[in-house]
Amino acid sequence: MIYLEKRPQPSRSLSLLTPVYAVIITMIAGGLLFAALGKNPVEAIRTIFWDPLFGQYAFYYRPQLLVKGGPLVLIAIGLSLGFRAGIWNIGAEGQYIFGAICGAGVALALYPMDAFFIFPLMILAGALGGWAWAMIPAVLKVKFGTNEILVSLMLVYVADQLLAKMSLGLMKNPEGFGFPGSRNLQEYPSAHNAELIAGTGMHWGVVFAFIAVIFAYVLLNKHILGFNIRLTGEAPRAASFSGVKPSRLILFCLGMSGALAGLAGMFEVSGPSGQVNIDFAAGYGFTAIIVAFLGRLHPVGILLAGLLMALTYIGGDIAESQLGLPSAAIQVFQGMLLFFLLALDLLTNFRVRFKSGAAA
Amino acid sequence: MKTLTSINPVFVIVVVMVGAIPLLLSGTEINPVLLIASLMVAATPLLIAAIGELVVEKAGVLNLGVEGMMIVGAIAGFAISVETGSALVGALAAIVAGALLSLLFAFLTQFALANQVASGLALTLFGLGLSALMGQSYVGIRPPAMAKLDLPVISDLPVVGPILFSHDPILYVGIGLCAAVWGLLKFSRAGLVLRAVGENHDAAHALGYHVIRVRVLAIMFGGACAGLGGAYISLIRVPQWTEGMTAGIGWIALALVVFASWKPWRVLLGAYLFGGINVLQLNLQAAGIAIPVEYLAMSPYLITILVLVIMSADKSGAPASLGRSFHASQ
Repeated sequence: MIYLEKRPQPSRSLSLLTPVYAVIITMIAGGLLFAALGKNPVEAIRTIFWDPLFGQYAFYYRPQLLVKGGPLVLIAIGLSLGFRAGIWNIGAEGQYIFGAICGAGVALALYPMDAFFIFPLMILAGALGGWAWAMIPAVLKVKFGTNEILVSLMLVYVADQLLAKMSLGLMKNPEGFGFPGSRNLQEYPSAHNAELIAGTGMHWGVVFAFIAVIFAYVLLNKHILGFNIRLTGEAPRAASFSGVKPSRLILFCLGMSGALAGLAGMFEVSGPSGQVNIDFAAGYGFTAIIVAFLGRLHPVGILLAGLLMALTYIGGDIAESQLGLPSAAIQVFQGMLLFFLLALDLLTNFRVRFKSGAAA
Repeated sequence: MKTLTSINPVFVIVVVMVGAIPLLLSGTEINPVLLIASLMVAATPLLIAAIGELVVEKAGVLNLGVEGMMIVGAIAGFAISVETGSALVGALAAIVAGALLSLLFAFLTQFALANQVASGLALTLFGLGLSALMGQSYVGIRPPAMAKLDLPVISDLPVVGPILFSHDPILYVGIGLCAAVWGLLKFSRAGLVLRAVGENHDAAHALGYHVIRVRVLAIMFGGACAGLGGAYISLIRVPQWTEGMTAGIGWIALALVVFASWKPWRVLLGAYLFGGINVLQLNLQAAGIAIPVEYLAMSPYLITILVLVIMSADKSGAPASLGRSFHASQ
């Protein structure tokens, strides 16, 4: 007879180890999946996890690690604040899109002016755009008690349509020969989010991601607001007795995650992606949810998880072109990772006991 | 006063929406009979998925994976229909696929005691990926058609015929399901146990009911319904397979349960309202009125938000144990 015994305290070592276990089990299960698709599992796993870092063409892929990891970490840091307090913003994709639209909108409105303040203004607009998009579920939750999960998610579809409208209408490149999509911001020096150090993939978005990690770490460990966030998540009753105002926490957590997601979108549209276009949204907002959980909602963990997730994106692309592995297989792989992680979490909170006869 | 406050918002929404239809239709050439017939088709996937989720939530479990289970049901039903040549076999396969996928959620939340919100999200992300993977070789194929109800004379009646008597069988199954769930929840002993588990799982456990078993069964029922709802989209509503084709219907189904205050008949009403909005906006897109296509396409999501805001004042129908994990040691 197997039964579960609740641990008096969640195990600290296991809490750190479960993400590692989850990754290993996902690799095994992923290998089985790839084998079922008729690919050599060892080769596929090596292509995804080893080649981008140490393979023959690694010099080309390594910068991508920061390019793809930057937005993931930036969004996930914001999400983790809310997740810790039980505030579920799952519409980061929408805030990401709206931030990008606002940031790019500033640049396109000022085109072709050449000035130093354009890029900072775009950063501000991106953050404000994401913040405003996230304030919709926040204010509705505070004022009317509306479920923030559903509202923030519905707004992703709205933002998607808005993006389509913008790239076909208002923001369409007048010199684009009728193709959808805005002017390419990479060709507009004052607005281009260029690589800071050539060949590293390091752009302003990555810098902001690192700042966000440090900021979140300090907030959660050294500041009363961070303490209140953790308290609300772990002991809501204690939090309300100690005078934590839930509505302020909701506005802060949703607003913060929205602003960070908006920033990520703005840095993406002015840098690696370059233009507002129908296919701009790449699902970073949803993958960041997995990153946040994989990183145990801890800033440093999220940094590592973001890089790992970026690796699966890059490796997935390589596996697609070299082995013909369908791109959806990587999506399944990422989904499995979250499953295994959640299942293994059991071990941190409970002890598995084996006993014959009557159980508790 | 009590009945007034609980009925008012729904009543207002219905009146406003029904009142807006003739206004929007004036000046276009849309046939109202066909409009009603097609809104019933548009509403059915939503209705079936939402009824399933209602049962799950009545048992005290919040499964946010409806969208994932729907899309897996959509591709499973599509693929099996194409392979076997029978749409009915496909629909059965979708039911099985949805229930199987929901077992993953049931394992995570009921046995591994994982957070229900996170597990539901995982299910959706996984389901979207899995369906894209499964569906690669099915893009651009037409599925076998499902036979429609064709009664002599009755189906040919003007107005009543096309609206009531000439649909596919699953549409009637959806309405029947709604009635059955209402009856079972209200009058049967099984329904009473289900509600007890959802309202207070500790009390239900103390009375000797198997909380986990009831919940797992409810989750599987929800999964089966979501699968069938998804297959309805890919087999009848559209009918073809494209990646991500459920386009948020699973999430709207979740909102619908809140809108309905966990009451089956209101789910039916809500599904037909949303179906109506969707068909109307599609018709308006086709009719080429002055509003841009993208803004029309946004409208179902915006109206969902609006409805959620209006309805969220009334949480009296929500099961008290909704979203809480149960472990006998606690």
